[in-house]
Amino acid sequence: MWQITIVLLIYLPLVLIAGRYLYKVTMKEKMWGDGFFNRVESIIYKLSAIKQEEMTGKQYIFSLLFSNAVMIAIGYFILRIQSSLFLNPNDIGNMETTLSFNTIISFMTNTNLQHYSGESGLSYLSQMLVIIFMMFTSAASGYAVCMAFCRRLIAKTDVLGNFYVDFVRVITRILLPLSFVVSLFLVSQGVPQTFKENITLTTIEHKQQDIAFGPIAAMESIKHLGTNGGGFNGANSSTPFENPTVLSNIVEILSMMLLPGACVVALGLMITYRKNRNHKALIGKQGTSIFIAMSVIFLIGIAVVYASESAGNPEIHAIGIDDSTGNMEGKETRFGIAQSSLFTAATTAFTTGTVNNMHDTLTPLGGLVPLFNMMLNVVFGGKGVGLMNMMMYVLLTIFIACLMIGRTPQFLGKKIEAKEMKLIALCILIHPTIILGFSALAVTTAGGVAGITNPGAHGLSQVLYEFASSSANNGSGFEGLADNSTFWNVTTGLAMFFGRYTSIVLQIAIASLLAKKLVHNESIGTLNTTNATFTVFLVAIVLVVGALTFLPSIALGPITEFLQLNS
Amino acid sequence: MKKIFSQIKAAFLTSVVMMIICGLIYPFAVTGVSQLVFHDKANGSLIKIDGKVVGSKLIGQTFENPAHFISRVSSVNYNVYEKNDPNYAGVSSGNFNYAPSNPELTKRMNDSVNEFLKNNPTVSKKDIPADLITSSGSGLDPHISIPSAKIQIDRIATASHLSKEEVQNIIKEATSKKVFGVLGEDKMNVLEANMLIDKKMK
Repeated sequence: MWQITIVLLIYLPLVLIAGRYLYKVTMKEKMWGDGFFNRVESIIYKLSAIKQEEMTGKQYIFSLLFSNAVMIAIGYFILRIQSSLFLNPNDIGNMETTLSFNTIISFMTNTNLQHYSGESGLSYLSQMLVIIFMMFTSAASGYAVCMAFCRRLIAKTDVLGNFYVDFVRVITRILLPLSFVVSLFLVSQGVPQTFKENITLTTIEHKQQDIAFGPIAAMESIKHLGTNGGGFNGANSSTPFENPTVLSNIVEILSMMLLPGACVVALGLMITYRKNRNHKALIGKQGTSIFIAMSVIFLIGIAVVYASESAGNPEIHAIGIDDSTGNMEGKETRFGIAQSSLFTAATTAFTTGTVNNMHDTLTPLGGLVPLFNMMLNVVFGGKGVGLMNMMMYVLLTIFIACLMIGRTPQFLGKKIEAKEMKLIALCILIHPTIILGFSALAVTTAGGVAGITNPGAHGLSQVLYEFASSSANNGSGFEGLADNSTFWNVTTGLAMFFGRYTSIVLQIAIASLLAKKLVHNESIGTLNTTNATFTVFLVAIVLVVGALTFLPSIALGPITEFLQLNS
Repeated sequence: MKKIFSQIKAAFLTSVVMMIICGLIYPFAVTGVSQLVFHDKANGSLIKIDGKVVGSKLIGQTFENPAHFISRVSSVNYNVYEKNDPNYAGVSSGNFNYAPSNPELTKRMNDSVNEFLKNNPTVSKKDIPADLITSSGSGLDPHISIPSAKIQIDRIATASHLSKEEVQNIIKEATSKKVFGVLGEDKMNVLEANMLIDKKMK
């Protein structure tokens, strides 16, 4: 338990610093290294024919969709012809069509659901040119949209910011420098970074062993910083080459928590500074209330996973061996229960999807937490999108609270009216519709059922988890699921696509509507959105809406399994 | 029309430029620096005996010699195989992914427990640490816990003709403690311990 506390204590100052930095990048304030970065960026703008014009919300979202579509096309093409390209020392073949479709959607939407195994499915060139590339660009797309969204909340016009400029600045000023440093740290812990082919060696007991190498460290850093989560190896961050020591584990956890948290801080600063830039603030009152609301749900999650995994599996206890170390099935010795539980809670709350233990083997309640985190998809969330989802709930909470006390709902002086509320409701409904709709389809069709590998209630959990992970753009899995089939490749591909783009389009539309509104002065009659009451109410709304939507499915999955194991 | 064309042009060029920066320049730069500064680690922390690679410090192996420590259960058998084994499916990593309620899990564990008891007649069932009998997440876990190492002392001492104290000392030597006394877990590197045993037996 101590180690969890220590990691979280290190996180706090880091997220405040990163948040301030992100604020400066977003608002284009003067910052350290401007001379260098400006020069690099102006070269990139020139090469890419980027006109640095201000865009409306609509133009912004179209640029995002256009650029992502082009990247999907190029990436798909490379995967289909990878065997004939260079940097393929292990002679990997071309990827099959539906799997390529799934993979490319998966990485462009920042989901990183993997229906292939890295060691045998991708050449080194594809790992870099497709996977690493998309890890940067999908994260940058997410943060760019988040910036556009936040700026519109405080702005008085809808014409501001250029997608390509935001996109490039996020990569050059945040993702690339941080990834470089984290990569080198990971190599110092033992993560390989080489283009040499895999080796076959003779062990001290005279057998053969194969060891897979690759440029792993370069991917490992951006995989966490960009909350991507796709592993170089099949077993992701549980493999010693992706995550060799407890220190690398902590750095990976902090990396994935850093930027989603920083988004909240940056928004808090934008709101505080919108009137007076000289005001002293770490995160601001509004930022604090949202940050605390997210943290509360996150901490409850960690506590439940840790307690449940420490208690262990009753079936293993019944064998009569010494299971005092907890449920170690699917976990690594060097991480133990504490580091594994923290990783599991963080990877789903921050929607990264990397795993350092196998989630399929978690105890029922231990597995319920990651599932529920993804169903909520607002506990920090990944790549900026999580904050936008949370803002939907903030606006919903304001609306409900104001209805209860009979006041005009408004946020930052802008009235929330019928048009916005319709879009917000739609936005909140998309996610459960995708998860529950596709799950229902999967359990009623032969193609879907064929993927289920664990009997009983856990089989349903596998299905729910896969779609929750797809729609939340998380990417982790109950990996037992035999998901490399046409049914699963296509359905999860669609879930990822709609889970990502429909919410983004709607959210920017809402932000555009708010941006164009008149700003009213706040009076005594305005609902206070920065106090403890509001935070409690926000957490309650998130949990109630989440619980009401998903409770029936959770009851049939993890809770049934829990009751069966403990009866 | 002209507007759409310039949109597509910007989207395409930005993609290509970023592909070159993030997909080529960045990984090559990381490779260059790490190969220079952390040469051994960047190449997989390989362990050599007389110039021949016998394993990696970070990747576990299976051991069957009774004089060696055994590793945890692995779904991929640590990518270790007999030469020309037709059943070997190629290098991979992963887990059985058995749910806690899956009867296959208890069956597999019971089999492992029985085999362990057969090979270690001095051990009583209730003392076998569960982590030795459970499978690791990656199937490549290079470590076992200290209780899992200690429970093998009797068997190893008998088979290797080393004294129990010597085996105990080997465990100590191959053990790495929690970092700063709190982070991570105490653990023993199985391959390193087995190499120490081989050295003592010579």
